[in-house]
Amino acid sequence: MSSKRIPNWADVTLVPLVSVVLAFIISAILIWAIGESPWAAVKMMVDGAFGSSYGWGYTLYYATNFMFTGLAVAVAFQARLFNIGGEGQAALGGLGVALVLLYLPWPHWTLALLGASVGAALFGALWALIPGYLQAKRGSHIVITTIMFNFIAASFLNYMLVNFLRPVGSQDPSSPRFPDATSLPKLHEILGLFGIPFSKVPPVNISLLIAVGLCFAVWWMLWRTRLGYQIRALGESEPAAQYAGISPARITIIVMLISGGLAGLMALNNVMGEQERLVLNAVEGAGFIGIAVALMGRNHPFGVFLAAILFGFLYQGGAELALWTGIPRELIVVIQALVILFTGALDNMVRIPIAKLFSLRRAG
Amino acid sequence: MKSLKTLTLSASVLALGAGMALAEGPALIFDLGGKFDKSFNEAAYNGAERWKAETGGEYRDIEMQSAAQRVQFARRMAESGANPIVVLGFQNAPTLEEVAPDYPDTSFVLVDAVADLPNVRSVIFAEHEGSYLVGMLAAMASESNTISFVGGMEIPLISAFACGYAQGAKAVNPDMNVIVNYTGNTPEAWNDPVRGGEIARGQISQGSDVVFAAAGGTGLGVLQAAADAGVYSIGVDSNQNYLHPGSVLTSMLKLVDEAVYQAFTDGPGMETGVVTMNLASAGVGYALDEHNADLITAEMQEAVEAARASIIAGETVVHDYRTDSTCPAF
Repeated sequence: MSSKRIPNWADVTLVPLVSVVLAFIISAILIWAIGESPWAAVKMMVDGAFGSSYGWGYTLYYATNFMFTGLAVAVAFQARLFNIGGEGQAALGGLGVALVLLYLPWPHWTLALLGASVGAALFGALWALIPGYLQAKRGSHIVITTIMFNFIAASFLNYMLVNFLRPVGSQDPSSPRFPDATSLPKLHEILGLFGIPFSKVPPVNISLLIAVGLCFAVWWMLWRTRLGYQIRALGESEPAAQYAGISPARITIIVMLISGGLAGLMALNNVMGEQERLVLNAVEGAGFIGIAVALMGRNHPFGVFLAAILFGFLYQGGAELALWTGIPRELIVVIQALVILFTGALDNMVRIPIAKLFSLRRAG
Repeated sequence: MKSLKTLTLSASVLALGAGMALAEGPALIFDLGGKFDKSFNEAAYNGAERWKAETGGEYRDIEMQSAAQRVQFARRMAESGANPIVVLGFQNAPTLEEVAPDYPDTSFVLVDAVADLPNVRSVIFAEHEGSYLVGMLAAMASESNTISFVGGMEIPLISAFACGYAQGAKAVNPDMNVIVNYTGNTPEAWNDPVRGGEIARGQISQGSDVVFAAAGGTGLGVLQAAADAGVYSIGVDSNQNYLHPGSVLTSMLKLVDEAVYQAFTDGPGMETGVVTMNLASAGVGYALDEHNADLITAEMQEAVEAARASIIAGETVVHDYRTDSTCPAF
């Protein structure tokens, strides 16, 4: 994928940056075309997302979700497996969290967090294991099976919520609230320990730190361990990996387990951290945004981190835009789509001219 | 450190400024289906617009993109000084349980769910009663002895529609065959007219000649499919008779617009508690207008009116699926 003619720094920063700028220019034209001021809109989005600790809190909350799902996609993609089942894996992770927190007694949130992490990762990983196995042993294409598993997950979750987890007499298909002892510390409490004031309102919580930690862990796993080498070798060339004694079936299954586990861990943030109960459609498309995040982050954990923050900004800034201006929410979806289009699909439109510029400079 | 403090400070000043810039009026928060779903949310919108036209007042409204925004938007609206705040949707009871206690001087109205708080008015509808009446009409209009139901998602609220519908149909003809299908389990289930049409065509091929849709925007596809196949359909929430005159037999009215209009009219400091919109309070019903006048015969109307009176009098009891998750008609 990566072109040799572009220096590495330009590949990871310049290309996505130019793509985002292009997307914003077209968005500005659209906003102008519906009779609103693009400048005021951009100002509102930036202010809303980064202008206060309140905005930062929401931006980081959304970004945390996208880090988990973005990492899930990125890890699988290192083995050239396109896991688009993050949505379902994260949903099942939520079920794992709910079961662990509702049916086991937890004296303290630290232990609960540990237990919930195991539950979330296990359920997410198991949900990815089946498509992984089908790909490795039966050759069923992972794209087809993972996307179909998203629908099975949605149906399964609905069934569980309506028939088992819903308290009797409640109209709302959602689980009861988790015990208070399992409530995760919010970011303002953590920063408060260091005397830094932070808005109490946003749901951003300690899982942000877990997500950032996982970005490092995934980087270390991919580039510093034998398993990571095997994953990347399989991704570059299956016959070569096989020749080197790497079992493609084994690595495929392991990668899918890791990927599903990472997606499942997203439930720590939204289910355990924010809602503190399992609701219908808890994932809300974060699994799919994860694909865009991984694409934009060039499947590198550090890139995923930055892209997740960008999408967190788009979510939170977009919400503020919808809240305070006449710009309809559909247009905000269009802006998000444009960013995805330019950074994901139209990557070469930016890459090739930049590569030409660099080769010109080298020649001249 | 200092810059962060200034940042938060300037932000709070900014938020304050934004709050002051707003006229303190009522606000309406739509559920995930979106403002123009020609059904539940749109009914609320119409109620708000009616209030606006009659009083000349202004109101704010907001559509959600994600459920994390439920709490966020309710809070922002309350902070901006909006009062009363109407929140739509059965998933919002926890939202208000979290937000309403922080703003004791703001009146909240919750539509479709109950939150037991001093400053929340919870408006719930007896959908099973209205569905009973349209079920009777469906059974009387059917020639094939088979009618059907397309629900959005298999959740208690929608099952209550299906159960009331089947009870009404079987009250007319105990041998009536009622086919029930649900669209899906993802949020798209409420906004998937193509799939709705597909399901309706499937039901029609099984002999159904009256299709009742309770599926938000998905219902539009159901009504279209019924009109294309030349059979009857029944709309939901808003009066949808005009969409396909001659094909839409009637609509199960759920007067969300009335609930919103009332809330806006009552204004801040309104009476709170649980308000049940049922047949007795004319909060639910069936639609009769110039578009379906030819479809509802005098006998049909007579029978339904008799049933309505009997339900209001308490002589006929329509079982509510939500009380015990069972349905005697299936």
